[in-house]
Amino acid sequence: MDNQTVLQMNHIMKIYGNGVVANEDVSLELRKGEIHALLGENGAGKSTLMKVLFGLEAPDQGDIILNGQKTTIKSPQEAISKGIGMVHQHFMLVPSLTVAQNIILGVAPKKGLFIDMDKAVKAAQDIAEEYNFDLDVNQRVEEIPVGIKQKVEILKALYRGAEILILDEPTAVLTPQETDELFVQLVKLKDKGHTIIFISHKLDEIKKICDRATIMRNGRSMGTYEVKDITTQEMSRLMVGREVSLTFDKNEQHLTDDIFVKVRNLTVHNSQGVLKVDDLSFDVKGGEILGIAGVEGNGQSELIDTLTGLNKKYKGEIRIKGEDIANTSIEGIRALKLAHIPEDRMTSGCAGNLSIQENMFSNQYKDTAYSGRLFLKKKAIEKRSDELIREYMVKCKSRKQNVGMLSGGNIQKVIVAREFSTGPDIIIANQPTRGIDVGAAAFIRKRLLEFRDAGCAVILISADLTEIFSLSDRLAVMYKGKFAGFFTDVEKVTEEELGQHMLGIKHDDVLEGVTYE
Amino acid sequence: MWKAILSPDFFSTILRSATPILFATLASAIAAKSGICNMALEGIMLFSALFGVIFSSLTHSAWLGLLITMVIGGLIGMILAFFILNLKTDEILAAIAINLTATGGTVLIMVAFSGDRGVSSSIRSVSAPTVTLPLIEKIPFIGSVLSGQNVLTWLAILAVILLHLFLYKTPLGLAIRAVGENKNAAESVGISSRKIKYIALIISGVLASMGGFYLSGGYMNMFTKDMSGGRGFIALAASSMGGDTPVGGFLVSLLFGLAQAVANVMQLTSLMPYEIILMVPYLTTLVGLGVYYYGQKKKKERLSGK
Repeated sequence: MDNQTVLQMNHIMKIYGNGVVANEDVSLELRKGEIHALLGENGAGKSTLMKVLFGLEAPDQGDIILNGQKTTIKSPQEAISKGIGMVHQHFMLVPSLTVAQNIILGVAPKKGLFIDMDKAVKAAQDIAEEYNFDLDVNQRVEEIPVGIKQKVEILKALYRGAEILILDEPTAVLTPQETDELFVQLVKLKDKGHTIIFISHKLDEIKKICDRATIMRNGRSMGTYEVKDITTQEMSRLMVGREVSLTFDKNEQHLTDDIFVKVRNLTVHNSQGVLKVDDLSFDVKGGEILGIAGVEGNGQSELIDTLTGLNKKYKGEIRIKGEDIANTSIEGIRALKLAHIPEDRMTSGCAGNLSIQENMFSNQYKDTAYSGRLFLKKKAIEKRSDELIREYMVKCKSRKQNVGMLSGGNIQKVIVAREFSTGPDIIIANQPTRGIDVGAAAFIRKRLLEFRDAGCAVILISADLTEIFSLSDRLAVMYKGKFAGFFTDVEKVTEEELGQHMLGIKHDDVLEGVTYE
Repeated sequence: MWKAILSPDFFSTILRSATPILFATLASAIAAKSGICNMALEGIMLFSALFGVIFSSLTHSAWLGLLITMVIGGLIGMILAFFILNLKTDEILAAIAINLTATGGTVLIMVAFSGDRGVSSSIRSVSAPTVTLPLIEKIPFIGSVLSGQNVLTWLAILAVILLHLFLYKTPLGLAIRAVGENKNAAESVGISSRKIKYIALIISGVLASMGGFYLSGGYMNMFTKDMSGGRGFIALAASSMGGDTPVGGFLVSLLFGLAQAVANVMQLTSLMPYEIILMVPYLTTLVGLGVYYYGQKKKKERLSGK
């Protein structure tokens, strides 16, 4: 690797209209042909810095020097034309178009007035071959799996001549195998002279493939380090400003006699009529955490929606604390002391335009402690909100601030505070720490363990395998609506084994210990 | 009555009545493909029907009148886009404003221009010509259906083909579909979704204006108050039933043309009250939407194996 600098972002300052200082004197230097990690908690300013680089935000101060020349980037188009490509966390693909059409979108080869589709397909194939990406460019994007979609995104950027590639949490949606494959590809790109900015929370991944890392905290840069010279402990300390324990010591397990959640032969179709949960049976007792791993879209969402009463169309039997919930309303299910942390905090977790306080009470506004016959009891609610904000360390200006204005981790804390404050017996946590910072995630995980110790039944669905491994007492892997694997001794399971079950390569027909019968 | 239905006249009426709906359906389709429901079609058609009469009379030319009307239609599409995209008005509210302006505005302009109140009888407008097809004319039955149609009917059919090619074969068409389906995806590759939606709404306005022009300069030879008669709204339903594709929209428009032709025959032959017969196109819309979405639902259920 030559140490030629391709990009410098010097003393970038960005203050948003609402007075939030997102970047304060941040500098970033990229060398040609390196994989450079950009590391930081949510709200640390990584996204803002990348938005500035990709022309989505104009910096208030500071300058960008690209290949030795001072430059301004006013739009994504300009960024692309200057050789900067971005692979967004949420894929920017048009589902009904083919892979080739997505790749050439906006820069289509023409024949007269029309798109030269033959040439487009050829060009897409050529670039896929050049970089050893194995995919069929004539498939529609809606038909291909997540891992391939990501390849299409990378090809899209390369087709536009990207020399610098920004990858925003690229592994968040991938299985361990897909992640490994991506890493192989990234190293190849690096060898071809591309420079990669790798945004991630996952310290082990950064250790594995990045050359250098720039760590950000609270809108400031905490410095750039050679990855081989810094430990993960040090990295996390620089990120959050305190030592965070990455593993948890679990207390001894005390199971209750009662089965809190009993599911038998559950079958669910989604609204398009596709079979999503296929004849599933399992039990959860109080005092344990049942972890459910799996690639997204294998029926986890449908399972959770059905357990929590959001979906009423199912076959089979669900009993919560012995009560059949077939005809029980969501309110009725919640009255059985079931708490639910939904998968998508913005669409079903909270009402972004309402205040923290209003969100914290949206599940108990009928409680006589907080509501009189006609009016809400303002003082009781205010007092309790302040307590919860303190207890859950929600970073905010006041309880009256709109939830939507908070960072992802703090929004999640508000939701968790709401769900946990009712003293639940059953907690269904769907991706409770996705996309939030290490500190907040550790806090939520610790809470989940506390509830387990107190005799609560916890069902945890997570794409974060470290989380699944460190919290679960029993572990299921969901694949195509079934449990493809079930482990009662979580410590003996390896990541590779889990990955094979997640991809359906391994499929156990007999699952021991799923039920207590 | 059956005799009337099996006559070439009947089939000719289908094409004649389908023409304005077809233009508006295509207008709705392109807007829908870009992700906007253009509910202002009704108002654009009404304005165009009046301006068609006024400008063809001022220029003494149907073609110049049509051209000016198309420019105005495009402008109204642009105004709608300005409200939706620049001022962030709700697209339904912006459309309602345009539709209400058209209802009152057309009467106001007509009175100011000619003194006529309900019907533009004193404006000497020039209608678009009909097309006689030299050889086809001689073929029995088919000849009398196809030959002698208004030139705008043929333009509408041409527009189906052109719009299909435009949407599915050109870079701009691809961009429109991409913007409508996933705006962020399009923007991430440097396509300006605002620009694309402007283009789609301007084209939508132009197409709708051709439908409006046809109403007063083809279907009839004058402007009457509220003469668009809900065709802009019917077109929204037709476009949706046609899957927002030009070809699908064409077929569904023919269905509405058929409904209108049946209503015409019934007026002459049946004893049913005139007012009930006038309801036929609207009832067709309601029934059509019901049948279509019931079919969609059944299809989904069949796929799920229930």
